[in-house]
Amino acid sequence: MSRPETTAPPEVFYNDLESKKYTSSSRIQHIQAEMTLRALDLLTLEPHQHILDIGCGSGLSGEILSQEGDHVWVGMDISPSMLAVALDRDVAGDLLLADMGNGIPFRAGTFDAVISISAIQWLCNADTNTADPKKRLARFFDSLYAALRRGGKVACQFYPRDERQIEQILGAAKASGFAGGLVIDDEENKKNKKYYLILTAGNVTTNDINLKGIKIEKQPRRTAKKNKREETTKEYINRKKELMRKRGRLVALDSHFTGRKRRPKF
Amino acid sequence: MKLLTANFVQCSVKACSATPKCFPLHFDQQTADVPLELAHEDVDFSPEFVYNMLPRIDWPALTTTARELGNNMLPETKPEIENPNAPEHEQLLRDLHTLLLETQIIQGSMRCENCGHIYFIRDSIPNFLLPGHLVQ
Ligand SMILES: C[S@@+](CC[C@H](N)C(=O)[O-])C[C@H]1O[C@@H](n2cnc3c(N)ncnc32)[C@H](O)[C@@H]1O
Ligand SMILES: [Zn+2]
Repeated sequence: MSRPETTAPPEVFYNDLESKKYTSSSRIQHIQAEMTLRALDLLTLEPHQHILDIGCGSGLSGEILSQEGDHVWVGMDISPSMLAVALDRDVAGDLLLADMGNGIPFRAGTFDAVISISAIQWLCNADTNTADPKKRLARFFDSLYAALRRGGKVACQFYPRDERQIEQILGAAKASGFAGGLVIDDEENKKNKKYYLILTAGNVTTNDINLKGIKIEKQPRRTAKKNKREETTKEYINRKKELMRKRGRLVALDSHFTGRKRRPKF
Repeated sequence: MKLLTANFVQCSVKACSATPKCFPLHFDQQTADVPLELAHEDVDFSPEFVYNMLPRIDWPALTTTARELGNNMLPETKPEIENPNAPEHEQLLRDLHTLLLETQIIQGSMRCENCGHIYFIRDSIPNFLLPGHLVQ
């Protein structure tokens, strides 16, 4: 897979030419629409919601929000060229030129839900020698949490470069107070494998998110498997948490998610 | 940018977002090179959406923004609506829809009361990118 984020900063990569090429490709239109529909499917929103689309680009993801459920959306993106294409296409959403790494510039409780399609992996890059990905991720998730109403939900489809990046993103989301986890579609298919970060900002019962037929990234089993009778309380809780996850519930993010082999699917 | 969005954006500077002065951003000082320009744009009317958003609207901020944009007609207190489908509320919901969703700020500038940073709006897109010295 090509990784534009390793070649240039986003506002440089998505220049006028690339933004037009990107938006007019029917293959890209199709993939982005499909992933946005999947993100909405995971969020199970009521109609008429106020939604933020982070890294909205030319509006390929946002326009699905207008079509499905009559939502009103606001898009933010760092690339003026992408936003110019969105204006040309006359998308319904309000547009903002902004860098998500500097925070979400909205007051507390603004949005019912947030989606981001193929964008947040850019946060893990240091495009200038002063940009610290760790600080940018923290600012991003802190301000995102605040901008959501309590009970608000987030779905970010992203392209992690490696396990470390997944861990970095999940860790930052957890540190900001989010609950949730990772949904992986088409895991066996290396080329089509898709990652969705699904988060909730307080007060959400597990039924509020559609977990049918999906799997949540879970803490791998300890290597030295202990006998049930010997286990400590902590191990018992972890085992129960594991069981809950297996049954497709959302539980609080664990701190040591990744870097180890994932267990087979259920 | 819709008036609805203007009722939610706040200063992007980290130190400001911790103070109450980061919201609302103010339209009271405009510059000659980006003069204030408003426009009406038709948007499909959804009474349910307006009804859903009404509790979240900061009414004092909305009246301030409207006044700075030259509209002194808003009532002092937020109207109350119990049922979005009640016929007696339809006109009120339509008026709110026109104000919040169909009033576009095409260009102009917004000022943070705390740090003084000016956010310019051009082609209806506000620029929230921060100059290096304001990134923390
Ligand atoms: C692959 S495009 C996806 C656009 C749109 N979501 C879609 O589905 O077509 C990724 C977008 O993320 C934007 N982006 C990258 N880094 C960003 C940042 N720091 N802040 C805001 N947007 C960013 C890029 O400018 C680009 O438009
Ligand atoms: Zn400020």
